[in-house]
Amino acid sequence: MAQVVIKDSPYNLKKARILDIKSLTEKEKLFKIAFENSSWLDFEPGQFIMVSLMGIGEIPVSICSSPLNRHYFEICVRAVGKVTNSLHKLNAGDIIGVRGPYGNGFPIKMIEGHDLLIIAGGLGLAPLRSLILYAIDNRRDFGEIHILFGCKTPGELLFADEIEEWSKRLDIHFACTVDRADPDWKGNVGLITSLIPGVDIDPARTYAAVVGPPVMYKFVIKELLAKGLPVDQILLSFERHMKCGMGKCGRCQIQNLYCCKDGPVFTFKEIMDMAEAL
Amino acid sequence: MKVEQYKILEKSKINDFINSLISFSKVAAPVYKGYNNYAFQEIKSADEVSLKYIPTIIPPKKYFMPQKETLLKFDVNEDLKIEPVVEYENLVLFGVHTCDIAGIKCLNMVLSDKPKDTGYLIRKKHITIIGLECNDYCDEYASCSFVGAHIPTTGYDLMFTELSDYFIVHIHSSKGSDIIEKTGLFKPAETVHIEELKALRNNKLKIFNNEVPTERRYLPDLFDRSFNASVWKELETKCLSCGNCTAVCPTCYCFDIKEEVDLTLKAGERYRVWFSCQLDPFAKVAGGIDFRRERSARQRHRFYRKFRYHIDRYGMIFCTGCGRCSRTCMAKINLKEVLTSLIKESEAKIWRKWL
Ligand SMILES: Cc1cc2nc3c(=O)[nH]c(=O)nc-3n(C[C@H](O)[C@H](O)[C@H](O)COP(=O)(O)OP(=O)(O)OC[C@H]3O[C@@H](n4cnc5c(N)ncnc54)[C@H](O)[C@@H]3O)c2cc1C
Ligand code: SF4
Ligand code: SF4
Ligand code: FES
Repeated sequence: MAQVVIKDSPYNLKKARILDIKSLTEKEKLFKIAFENSSWLDFEPGQFIMVSLMGIGEIPVSICSSPLNRHYFEICVRAVGKVTNSLHKLNAGDIIGVRGPYGNGFPIKMIEGHDLLIIAGGLGLAPLRSLILYAIDNRRDFGEIHILFGCKTPGELLFADEIEEWSKRLDIHFACTVDRADPDWKGNVGLITSLIPGVDIDPARTYAAVVGPPVMYKFVIKELLAKGLPVDQILLSFERHMKCGMGKCGRCQIQNLYCCKDGPVFTFKEIMDMAEAL
Repeated sequence: MKVEQYKILEKSKINDFINSLISFSKVAAPVYKGYNNYAFQEIKSADEVSLKYIPTIIPPKKYFMPQKETLLKFDVNEDLKIEPVVEYENLVLFGVHTCDIAGIKCLNMVLSDKPKDTGYLIRKKHITIIGLECNDYCDEYASCSFVGAHIPTTGYDLMFTELSDYFIVHIHSSKGSDIIEKTGLFKPAETVHIEELKALRNNKLKIFNNEVPTERRYLPDLFDRSFNASVWKELETKCLSCGNCTAVCPTCYCFDIKEEVDLTLKAGERYRVWFSCQLDPFAKVAGGIDFRRERSARQRHRFYRKFRYHIDRYGMIFCTGCGRCSRTCMAKINLKEVLTSLIKESEAKIWRKWL
């Protein structure tokens, strides 16, 4: 059996160095990363990368920084298992492997010129942060921007500093809610769906971008439809088990679609008749 | 049928031909393993080959996409060293049935779709496929004519068809014609031989009749109507979720990616292994959510993956009618019976609409 090195293998990795690690919550850390050969990651908000810890494994993670940043990119990782826990143990200066970006991302060219309603549940804020930062960097290309964010408890609030900033901006409407409050919490209490009726949007002019845990989608979509949003202006990003990230391993298949290649972002119109999507 | 593309080999010389192949290449062919089981394996002599065989336990897919395949080698000792690799060897596959050639074509479709699976393509380049046409059904599980895989079309280098006292051989590639020249055992075909081949194929149209009471072209429509069919619910109680049906299928390519490290824990390799949509962790995501928890949903996914989804994606049916899934299933879930039940259920629904 001959064995040869194939540089153009789609499984090849680029070496990347962790520049900085920041704890966001008890379970989530933000990693600032740059490629070793000083090339940049050319991506669109909503796309993901495959992150490798050699000897431990490889996982899909959304890119959560602004695509306009050419010096580094960021990922926000929740420790849930083998690879994610090992990532949490790394230090600035450590090297990881990266391939990608993969997936389709949010259709920015389509959204531009419209109002934007962002609905993030928990860790769903990670991919949406990339879209939010892009929209802020190109503020004049978008109309009204509404951001709704919900998580279980105040302790799980991601990007707390940035949220604080967004909520102070006069050109963004920001609302946040928690399922269960603690004594210090002064904001809304309740599911994220409870925020939707209250936002003042022109449904014909608005694109909604929704990312969150699987249970959230059905309820959020119901509210958005009640608001009169057209089915092709509701954008959803799905999470599925992913191994290859490029439409081969079959793990992320939703009926005839590969979540990794055709998605992870779909319009509600594309998937509304698909029993296995929601 | 251009007569120049055909050669003749006397039946008595078939062993000489196989032995001659062995003299210049590694050769794998169907070998009898007992209890009506066959396997493709390396042969050292023509005597080991079974020219009459029912589909092997595992399809020749294993040579194109090995059960375990190294993707990367790494060494984190000094500076992290990462090398994507491919393993390949020159191999002649002798005696491949048309259903299995159809299976390789399916793999080809997926793995040469962008981004190209470079490792697979390199390995494939080094494999020569010598087909062997079936003149009759291998057994009652086969449904090769339903999916149109019973007559050779493309996807091979040479195709052997057994006629009266000789094989007629179709040359389909330069790799194939090189072999013809190297072995030096063949005679040019003449019009009578072509006529005999045509007669055989005409006869095949009669004996290979539809195994499932519908036609291939109605499949998309049938499956579009059957997502909520009670057939799937019935499979729920039968299926053991063992994954055998997918492990033996020539068109299943789903995989897992894993790693192995050496004793230093510093160096090792990342590899892929076959995996199955019938098994538990396949579609689970963080938080414990499983997008196909029920066996009915998993079996439905298997059937749709064969007969519907990939028509949208690749314009092809991903079933070759080899019958392996039905032959191997401990719960006796039979592909032809499932399709027949679907048709019956769907017809019943249509009639009800008319009444
Ligand atoms: C498109 C996409 C974007 C994602 N973005 C982020 C992100 O920005 N931040 C983040 O923290 N997480 C993200 N995830 C989830 C992340 O991939 C999983 O949490 C991670 O793979 C778990 O790996 P592990 O080795 O730590 O867990 P394991 O020990 O392997 O398992 C823990 C749990 O995670 C599930 N899981 C394991 N591997 C995968 C996988 N490859 N894909 C999905 N689930 C898996 C297992 O089924 C199990 O339930 C994303 C997933 C997808 C598909
Ligand atoms: S159909 Fe049969 S072979 Fe396939 S998983 Fe179920 S029991 Fe196993
Ligand atoms: S589904 Fe069954 S009959 Fe069809 S190719 Fe796979 S194993 Fe063969
Ligand atoms: S992750 Fe492999 S097919 Fe989508």
